[in-house]
Amino acid sequence: MKFGLEIQGVSKVYGNQTVVKDVSLTVPRGQFVCFLGPSGCGKTTLMRMIAGLETPSAGRILMNEKDITKTPVHSRNFAMVFQALALFPFLSVEDNIAYSLKLRNIGPADRRARVRELLELIKLPDIGPRSIDQLSGGQRQRVAIARALAQEPMLFLLDEPLSALDAKLRDHMQVELRQLQQKLQVTTILVTHDQREAMTIADTIVVMADGVVQQIGPPTEIYRKPANRFVAAFIGQSNLLDAVVVDRRHVRLGNSVTETGAMPAHLRDGDAVTISVRPENVRIVRNGEDTANALYGRVGFVRDVGDHIELRIDYQGRELICIAAPAEWAGIAVDEQVAVHLPIDACTILAN
Amino acid sequence: MRLGLLLSWPTVSLLVLVTIPFILLLRISIAPHDQSGMWSPGVTLRAYGTLAEPELLGALLDSVELALAVAALSLGLGFPLTYLITRMRRRIQVVWLIFLLTTLSLSDVLIAFSWQVMLSKRIGLSKIFVALGLMDEAASLTPSSGAVIACLVYLVLPFTVLTLFPVLSRLNNDLIEAARTLGASPVRAFVTVVVPLTKRPAVIAFVMAMVLTVGAYVPPLVLGRPQHWPMAVLIGSAALAGHDLPRASAMSIFLLAATLLLALLTARVARGRVRP
Repeated sequence: MKFGLEIQGVSKVYGNQTVVKDVSLTVPRGQFVCFLGPSGCGKTTLMRMIAGLETPSAGRILMNEKDITKTPVHSRNFAMVFQALALFPFLSVEDNIAYSLKLRNIGPADRRARVRELLELIKLPDIGPRSIDQLSGGQRQRVAIARALAQEPMLFLLDEPLSALDAKLRDHMQVELRQLQQKLQVTTILVTHDQREAMTIADTIVVMADGVVQQIGPPTEIYRKPANRFVAAFIGQSNLLDAVVVDRRHVRLGNSVTETGAMPAHLRDGDAVTISVRPENVRIVRNGEDTANALYGRVGFVRDVGDHIELRIDYQGRELICIAAPAEWAGIAVDEQVAVHLPIDACTILAN
Repeated sequence: MRLGLLLSWPTVSLLVLVTIPFILLLRISIAPHDQSGMWSPGVTLRAYGTLAEPELLGALLDSVELALAVAALSLGLGFPLTYLITRMRRRIQVVWLIFLLTTLSLSDVLIAFSWQVMLSKRIGLSKIFVALGLMDEAASLTPSSGAVIACLVYLVLPFTVLTLFPVLSRLNNDLIEAARTLGASPVRAFVTVVVPLTKRPAVIAFVMAMVLTVGAYVPPLVLGRPQHWPMAVLIGSAALAGHDLPRASAMSIFLLAATLLLALLTARVARGRVRP
C-alpha cells in the first residue's frame, strides 16, 4: 500500500501483561477508521503507539511506506484529540488553535487567517478571544478538534472525544465529525467503546478484545457477518444459541433440527457451534401459518418501548430476543405459545 | 455577631504578634541612643542618619545578591526534585515529604555548624574532592560565599519543594502530551505548558526563598567572610555588640522595606512574561 498508515505485528507489553498482541492493519489515505472494543481491550494503547506517545514492544508502524516507529511524537505531524480534550487553560481559544502554528514559526497574519478559517469550520466564528472556561462542553469539543486540525495533520487521531457529552449532543457531534472528515479528506482514526458511534461514522471498524483484533470490516459487514462470538455479542444485540452441526445445511437447536445458511467449510458434522441471529431478524409466526423450519416457544416477557416491541421467548431453556414494529405483534401477551422462525440468510454460524 | 467574634481571633493574633512588635520597632528606631539602657525616651532621627554609610549599602547589596543566588539555586534544584518526587510511587512520595519535613526540625544553628564541619580542612568534603582529583590538596572551604549559599539552599529547599508539590503533583500530563502531538519538542512543551501552569507557585517559592535568606543570621555569621556579612548579621552586631538598639531598629526597617521592594519587583518581573 502506497499512501496511508500501516501497522505490522505491533505488540505492547507492560511488565508481564500484554496489552496489545501482534496487531497488523492498514488505514488507507482518506479513510475513517474506528477502533472499537470494551475498556481495557488495548485500543487506546494502540492509538497512543500510532501517535508516538508509547513505544511498541515489537512490530513496526509505517506512514506512506516510511518507518516511523522511532520518530518522536512532535515530528510525526499526527494530531490527536484527547478524551479529556487537554485544552490549554492559560490560553484563549484562538491561542489554543494557533499553538501548533506558532511552533511552526508561521507569521501572525497567516496565523490569524488560519484561526479564522478553523473557527468558521467548527461554526463558532466569534469565540476566538474567549477563555476556555467560558465554553460549553460542545464548544470545547469543537475547539479541541480545530486545534488538532490547525497543523493540517497527516493523520487525525481521536481518543473517545465524545464520551463526556450527553447523548443528544453526542449524536449531533458524531454526524458533524463525519461531515468534517469527509470535507477535509483527512485520514482519521477514532477510538471508542460505543458501537453505535462506530457504526455511524466509520468506513472501517476494527473490533478489539484483550489486545487482539477480532474483526476488521465495514460497519454493515461487522454487524451482519460477525467473525466470532465476541463480535456478535459486542456489536448490537444478538441471540447466541448453542447448536450442533447435523449436516451441511442443518443444525440441531435443542430438540429441533433447523435449516441454516451455508456451513463454513472447516466445520464437521457433530461440531458444537453458536448460531448468531439479530433480534430484528427473528420472525414470530402466529396462528399456525407457515410452520416449516420453526422453533416452538413461549412468550416470557413483553416490553413495549413505543417505537418497537421487544419480546423475550423462552425456547427450551434458552432465551430468544425478538424486536419488531408494534403493529406486527398487536395483542401479544406473556405465556402465549408461538412459533419462531430464523430466516436462513440472517443466521451466522460461529465455531466455538 | 457571635460568629464575627469567633472569626476575629486571627485579626487579634495578627495584631498582637506582628503589629505591636513592629510599632515597638518603629518607636525604638526614632529614640535617642543610651549606652546603658540601649535606648531612651525622646524622639530623634539620628539612627536613620547613620544608614547612609557605604558599608551598610554594601551589606544591603550583599544581602540582595545572596537572596537572589539562594532563591535561584533552590528553585533550580527544587523544581526538578519536586517533579521527580511527584512521578514516584505514592508510598515513596510520602517518605520523601516526611524526610524533607524532618530536616525542618533541625535548628539553623546546628545546620550551619554541621556545614562548617563538612567544609573543614581535616575531615571535610575537600578530602573527597582531593580523592576525586577535583582539588590538589585538602583545604578549608569556609569562610566563603559558596559555603553560605550551600547552607542556605539546604535550609530553604524543603520550603521550595513543599510549595511546588501541590501544583506539580496535579500537573495534567494530557496537556504535555497534547503539546507534543501539536509539534512541541520536550523542551518546548516544558516552556510553553509546564512553565505557565506552575509559574505562580514557582514565584511564591522564589520570593519565600529570598525572604528566608534575607532574614538568615547564623549561616552567614558562621560560614561567611566578615567583609561580606549581610544586613542581618550587621543588625545583630549593632544591637548586641554596639549596644545601639535605635540603630539596629532603623536598619531592620530599612531591610524590611528593601525586602518588600525586592519581592514586589520579582512578582512584577514574573507577571511580565507569559504566552508561548
